[in-house]
Amino acid sequence: MEKKEFPVGGVIPKGGTAHEYSTGGWRKLRPVVNKDKCTNCLICWVMCPDSAVIAEDGKMMGFDLDHCKGCGICAVECPDKVKAIKMVEEAE
Amino acid sequence: MAITATKGQVGLTGNAAVAYAMKQVNPDVFPAYPITPSTAIVEDFSSYVADGEVTTELITVESEHSAMSACIGASAAGARVMTATSSQGLALMWEMLYIASGMRLPIVLADVNRALSAPINIHCDHSDSMGARDSGWIQLYAETVQEAYDNTFMAVRIAEHAKVRLPAMVCFDGFITSHAIENISLLEDQEIQDFVGAYKAENPMLDTDNPVTYGAMTLPDAYIDFKYQQSQAMMRAKDAAVEVMKDFGKRFGREYGLFDTYRLEDADTAIVILNSAAGTTKVAIDELRKQGKKVGLLRPRLFRPFPWQEMVEALKNVKAVAVLDRADSMNAFGGPLFNEVRSALYDLDQRPKIFGRTYGLGGRDYKVKDAVAVFEELSRVVETGKVETLLKYITL
Repeated sequence: MEKKEFPVGGVIPKGGTAHEYSTGGWRKLRPVVNKDKCTNCLICWVMCPDSAVIAEDGKMMGFDLDHCKGCGICAVECPDKVKAIKMVEEAE
Repeated sequence: MAITATKGQVGLTGNAAVAYAMKQVNPDVFPAYPITPSTAIVEDFSSYVADGEVTTELITVESEHSAMSACIGASAAGARVMTATSSQGLALMWEMLYIASGMRLPIVLADVNRALSAPINIHCDHSDSMGARDSGWIQLYAETVQEAYDNTFMAVRIAEHAKVRLPAMVCFDGFITSHAIENISLLEDQEIQDFVGAYKAENPMLDTDNPVTYGAMTLPDAYIDFKYQQSQAMMRAKDAAVEVMKDFGKRFGREYGLFDTYRLEDADTAIVILNSAAGTTKVAIDELRKQGKKVGLLRPRLFRPFPWQEMVEALKNVKAVAVLDRADSMNAFGGPLFNEVRSALYDLDQRPKIFGRTYGLGGRDYKVKDAVAVFEELSRVVETGKVETLLKYITL
């Protein structure tokens, strides 16, 4: 008997399902933003490979830590004159 | 050189005929990396693309691994996809063959059978497609140019069958069939279009209103369930093949079955053999029949799925069977065809005696005298009731 609940060929028949999988647990370094320094240029939001920078009304609001893998790209890309993002050890 | 005739008798090589069949199907995408002896299929097909005779997008890639990867991507996107290869090319596709079948993408591949290295050899044997026999692809084998041409259309229908949706391989002998000119009967483009029908993809990635993910990770809680589905689809492919072959016969008057038999009905002994060597064996059978010897042949056409019940039915009254493999499983226990036919016969209360012979590797000729010698061995087995040599190489 065919198991109906399994879609043929392993296809996931809907979009956006990556959101349901938490990749935050892979993180070793956590990004921390200093909002006093941040200029809301949103370069971090553009560069984040996991769409884990939260932006609202043109402002950088923080990080989606359920999906941030801690790659540190945001901290590197934050402009040299600003450097508002620091990576800190999760263990600390 | 592109073919301009559209109907009736025409002299074509196997490669030209299959390329022409693909032109008539007019697939959406054709990713390919040419390799001997299938090169002419890609050459001819690229001429059809250049001349605007098809609307196909031809993707030239840097390797066969990429060719099959592009087939998979295009098929998942929703395209009807075809390609061609041989030997090392099929070997390089290996990883992706399993992904095509696991994702249930009905890609059609022409495999022009050629030996595998080492030592390097460009001539015919079945090591390439036999190596891929567990990759989840449907496999059709052809004796003649006509059959390779016809199988190309049937492969499309079987692969895309709603109850199947698995990729299919059309296999025929390198040089012997691919490069020999045979007088064949072509069908008209419209007849082919009516036969294959418009392709309707399931879960196409280009349907952006209904986004899907292909190739997601599955863990122990799901993997076996997908493999079970795939296995069930392969089980259903036999009935689908019968249905498609019947429709083909009804429309075009050329009848095909799961396997071909020749003078087998009253035969005491039989050879089971694939592809072009069956023709040579039939000549030997005619000669031996003239001497009053009851000999016959069974030539499997559908090898994946393996129609074992029907084969048992066809062979159950034969006293001794020789299975000739043009590939060695290198298992010290005989070729793949031998092992599967022998296993199929096991449940019979009165089993035929059976032995396996490996022949013709790397294009070594298999002659009428070789088939006659096998039939002589078979009649000795019938006389003595004993198989003295279960396995050996012939045509050495």
